[in-house]
Amino acid sequence: MIPLCLYRQVSERYWQGSGEEKKDEAPGGSHVPGDQPAPLGSQTNQQTRASEKKKKYKAAERHGKKAITRVCQSACDDHHWNTRIIAESEITEKESARHDQLLLQEDAGFLEGDEDEDTCTISQEDIADAVDITAGAKYFNLNLSQFGPYRLDYSKTGRQLLLGGRRGHVACLDWQTKQLLCEINVMETVNDVKWLHSEAMYAVAQKKWLYIYDSSGIELHCIRKFNDVLRMQFLPYHFLLATASATGFLQYLDVSVGKEVAAVGTKAGRLDVMCQNPQNAIIHLGHSNGTVTLWSPNQKEAIVKMLCHHGGVRSVAVDKTGTYMVTSGMDKKLKVFDLRSFKPFQSYFLPAGASSLALSHRGLLSAATGDIVQVYRDVWNTPVKKPYMAHKVHGAVWGLHFCPYEDVLGVGHGEGFTSMLVPGAGEPNFDGLDSNPYRSAKQRQEWEVKALLEKIQPDLISLDPGKLSQVDYATFKQKHQDKVKVLGYDPLARDKFKPRMRKKGRSSTGGVIRRKNQVAHEDKRIIITTLKEKAESAKERKKNNNGQTSAVRSALDRFKKRAAP
Amino acid sequence: MKVKVLSRNPDDYVRETKYDIQRVPRNYDPTLNPFEVPREYTRAMNATKLERVLAKPFLASLDGHRDAVNCMAKHSTSLSTLLSGACDGEVKVWNLTKHNCVRTIQAHEGFVRGMVVRFCGTSFYSIGDDKTIKQWNMEAPGYGVEEEPINTILGKTVFTGLDHHQKNGTFATCGQTVDIWDEQRSTPIRSFSWGVESFSSVRFNPVETELLASCASDRSIVLYDMRESMPLKKVIMTMRSNTLSWNPMEAFYFTCANEDYNLYTYDMRYLEKPVTVHMDHVSAVLDVDYSPTGREFVSASFDKSIRIFPKENRNSREVYHTKRMQHVVCVKWSADNKYVMSGSDEMNIRLWKANAAEKLGVLSHREKLAANYNQKLKEKFQYHPKVKRIARHRHLPKHIFTEAKEHTVMREARRRKYVNNVRKHSKPGAVPMLSEREKHVVAVVK
Repeated sequence: MIPLCLYRQVSERYWQGSGEEKKDEAPGGSHVPGDQPAPLGSQTNQQTRASEKKKKYKAAERHGKKAITRVCQSACDDHHWNTRIIAESEITEKESARHDQLLLQEDAGFLEGDEDEDTCTISQEDIADAVDITAGAKYFNLNLSQFGPYRLDYSKTGRQLLLGGRRGHVACLDWQTKQLLCEINVMETVNDVKWLHSEAMYAVAQKKWLYIYDSSGIELHCIRKFNDVLRMQFLPYHFLLATASATGFLQYLDVSVGKEVAAVGTKAGRLDVMCQNPQNAIIHLGHSNGTVTLWSPNQKEAIVKMLCHHGGVRSVAVDKTGTYMVTSGMDKKLKVFDLRSFKPFQSYFLPAGASSLALSHRGLLSAATGDIVQVYRDVWNTPVKKPYMAHKVHGAVWGLHFCPYEDVLGVGHGEGFTSMLVPGAGEPNFDGLDSNPYRSAKQRQEWEVKALLEKIQPDLISLDPGKLSQVDYATFKQKHQDKVKVLGYDPLARDKFKPRMRKKGRSSTGGVIRRKNQVAHEDKRIIITTLKEKAESAKERKKNNNGQTSAVRSALDRFKKRAAP
Repeated sequence: MKVKVLSRNPDDYVRETKYDIQRVPRNYDPTLNPFEVPREYTRAMNATKLERVLAKPFLASLDGHRDAVNCMAKHSTSLSTLLSGACDGEVKVWNLTKHNCVRTIQAHEGFVRGMVVRFCGTSFYSIGDDKTIKQWNMEAPGYGVEEEPINTILGKTVFTGLDHHQKNGTFATCGQTVDIWDEQRSTPIRSFSWGVESFSSVRFNPVETELLASCASDRSIVLYDMRESMPLKKVIMTMRSNTLSWNPMEAFYFTCANEDYNLYTYDMRYLEKPVTVHMDHVSAVLDVDYSPTGREFVSASFDKSIRIFPKENRNSREVYHTKRMQHVVCVKWSADNKYVMSGSDEMNIRLWKANAAEKLGVLSHREKLAANYNQKLKEKFQYHPKVKRIARHRHLPKHIFTEAKEHTVMREARRRKYVNNVRKHSKPGAVPMLSEREKHVVAVVK
């Protein structure tokens, strides 16, 4: 979480630019804000060259003071209250646009076919030829046909790749420089491989137990409590390794301390479909009776059980914002669910069903059937008719992962590993303090220490991660009740109003009752107006719920995805 | 076809030479930084725990007096000077940065009852049990020259308290009566009395400089205006106040240290009810002093501890104690808001930090940012039970801990008996439920 003070410091530098914009819009007109139409925010989002940017910025600094005085004048003037609010919102919009323009350096990738060309017919070789050398080198194949179908995992920064073949071959390498970090054969069946918090350690789920290896291949731990592990997921902010076993147990291992945090008996048989929701660290398990269950280490039972498919569930994927879940089942359907309301959203029919699913940061879905990998774009907004891209690999697909900050999809299959290019999949601008692919060893050490200090305790894992910041009304009511019991009276209750008896015969019974009722009716009026307001606001909210944005703008509005990537 | 694949130029992301700082591009997208609230909560817990780990408030002990320290005076212009008067009549001037005594004067025979430095900082006054008021030079006399007061005034009765005006050359003393003196005269220009035997302390209001307040032995606090001839009004409480202190930022608030283990903050315009009752001490409160920001004050008590209270809170935020510190008689908050000085029975003056976990000295910009961020986090999550438990935790000496428990039991028993035995079986309305604030004021007399 960025401290708010730093964020404001960044945005304050661009605040002064707004005066320059205003001057541009109305060269000869009056300088009273509100007289000329407000410039649209979208205009400022257009790309300008670096020199133009610099010119504008310098000019903005010069005119900055005028902007301040103009806005202040309007603020002081009662008649221009509206214009003051408009001016402030304009400023924030321009601020945010300018921030994105100047500070977010990279742009997302894209692939557009010609007039009659379909993007799904474009082959990987064509794309690799059309782009520059470094990007083209990201498409490569590793022919490893000896050691069985491969599972794979990318580290959090996306630099390191971990491969685990079913017959025991485990290798980790820096896939961009093709530098091999370690290569071992564990002489046992490997069910799954997973990087732990950094590129220093990884976990291998072998035939019987769970093993943890160093990045140079040295076996560090053999954890016998975790037996028959089939699938693993790593929760990075909790330093928890969640494992799903063939005996139906979901176990959580704290890798910083080395203790098992929770072992949940799911009583649902063999667990071989697993994924995590990155926004709230909830584990999704898919079962052979068509249900998907949601688990947290704090409860012995599933938090949510959803019936998703008529047959068994073959694969589950949750997007990075935590709003959508995509599942594929034995009934050859691909369904999209809304995770806030747990209701189905879209349903697609795939002729052969999808055995593996993966979702990228920018919302691209890749589905693999047999040895064909298909990538779909924007599965939730508009009903999708054809894939965005398709590629045939050499063997049956066993593992599918998008690389975090690159336009690359890693496919582990029966004949080895393929890395394919998917333009538009990766998040172009990473956050340096969170995961920086270009970090030095010193930076990695510092990051590791800070991450360990901020490690979230497992008992904070719940469906709504922001619950801590909300007011606890239940406890307040309970405490109030206890207080009333102890004190013998309600300290918040007011005394009954007793009208003063006036002298010289001026307080007749009727008058006293009239004065009493005045106060009583005042109180009633307050209650009735609040109830009315609540009902009206509920009605308005219902009306506005159909896609209208609220009037209150926040600085984080620009991250809400308006159009499809 | 048009195609673009993300390819970053490492030159934009890696520093050029090892003498540059590292490049850290930022993207504030919330999906890239999930779990905001739990992470901030964890940071707040860490900040609270660290604060407790780093809470080492004791700085130094000023040794040298040969009898109990009775009163202290802050230098009006120098932050590093402190004056103290002992019960054997000795006055010592201390250098707080070097923790040593700069000057010793045998000022009086008997107790030194009060001391105050003149607003210009060139001289100071002291009163003693020998019924004299002496004015001394702030500078030490040259080598070989005897210590002599600039001025000595002989009074008829013992003086018990002393305070100087903020701007003019007048000062006030209290003893049998409250007297206003002009520096040039040797008799008081005005005397206030209200049929009271004796007064224990007098204080000038630092903001409304013509107003005074004094604590009298008939359990009352009397307010005066220097320009009038009669006292303004007084509030009579259930027990006697030892001293009082005006809030330097809000002209109308003053806090008095009472014998019934509490401190009361009054609004001088409305003396019927105190604004707040501060209850945490387990023995008589002997001295109180406000911080220069006016937001907190420190109190010294006969139970061997000092407590720091926020001005509107009922309970203290901090308690300082040591095995070696006996009954604390006087306390002062330094003018730079950073230190608290306490003088106690065992002849020592102790220097404490006002914020126990604060890092002293010059902080780098990043340290300041980190300290501000941690402070804000602690404030944001202060009501969460786990954080509150850690933040509140203080070690108390055994006698204070057991006394405090006894007092809660006694108060609870009294309240319960009042509600169940007295109030339940009386005519409704005859026995009212009084709040804590209403219980302690007996009368207001004009």
